[in-house]
Amino acid sequence: MVGLEHYLTVSAALLVIGIFGIFLNRKNVIVILMSIELMLLAVNINLVAFSSFLGDLTGQVFTLFVLTVAAAEAAIGLAILVTFFRNRGTIDVEDVNVMKG
Amino acid sequence: MSVADLAFYCFAVPAVFAALMVVTQRNMVHAVLWLILVFLSSAGMFVLLGAEFVAMLLIIVYVGAVAVLFLFVVMMLDVDFEALKSEMARYMPVAALIGIVILLQLSMGIGAWVTAEGAPALRQAPTPDPNQIENSRALGLLIYDKYLYLFQTAGLILLVAMVGAILLTLRERRDVKRQNVLAQMWRDPAEAMELKDVKPGQGL
Repeated sequence: MVGLEHYLTVSAALLVIGIFGIFLNRKNVIVILMSIELMLLAVNINLVAFSSFLGDLTGQVFTLFVLTVAAAEAAIGLAILVTFFRNRGTIDVEDVNVMKG
Repeated sequence: MSVADLAFYCFAVPAVFAALMVVTQRNMVHAVLWLILVFLSSAGMFVLLGAEFVAMLLIIVYVGAVAVLFLFVVMMLDVDFEALKSEMARYMPVAALIGIVILLQLSMGIGAWVTAEGAPALRQAPTPDPNQIENSRALGLLIYDKYLYLFQTAGLILLVAMVGAILLTLRERRDVKRQNVLAQMWRDPAEAMELKDVKPGQGL
């Protein structure tokens, strides 16, 4: 019988793969954005699993908001990426020093 | 093993495998396609959990919008991905170490986890019987009633994101002539044109 722990395990695996991807592809912003999407998806799986097994619908409502923020973040991130590529001709994040931060 | 258990493993294993492929893939277009597989498998798991509305939303928003956006950017930008990927092996040990440490911490947390006694009593919105009120209807009753302001804020976030994305990518090109509508409308024939009476055999 598949229980809550199984879903939590899948979610933990996805979260760790997302963190792993950020460290593995330090130069490639597109993969870093995709890794962030994976981590947000892990959060969503957690919320929906708890919502389903505890019988509380609030978890699914919060999933909607996480989904909204993830979509907005992807749109803004890719827009910044396109602008950055237009100005610098590369998407290597280790070169990002325009603002001397 | 029941059919539902089998279905869970049919969705869970591809999800984790495809997620691994996303972060290790050399070809970016393939990485985005693997990402779509992760989203589809997760949507399948959501259906198994009884959250049909969120599952369909995941397919529409993530596969239909976010993944296609990624695909557009990957295909439009002429990036030398091979050069970016060349240093992957250098980061591999530290990335694997961090991943294993976090995985161990999470597994310890999941292993030692128990539900509190009074947890079911603390539910904010108990799920109604799916036979009477189906998932999307119950969710709608909740969103448009109890979480109306949060829902409006979500819409506002999307509006701000849309305006921001358009503003960031809009560019004023100096080397291209553009139509100036106001200049055309305010054009005065009396000023724009001058009649000259040129005598035969003479220039101006």
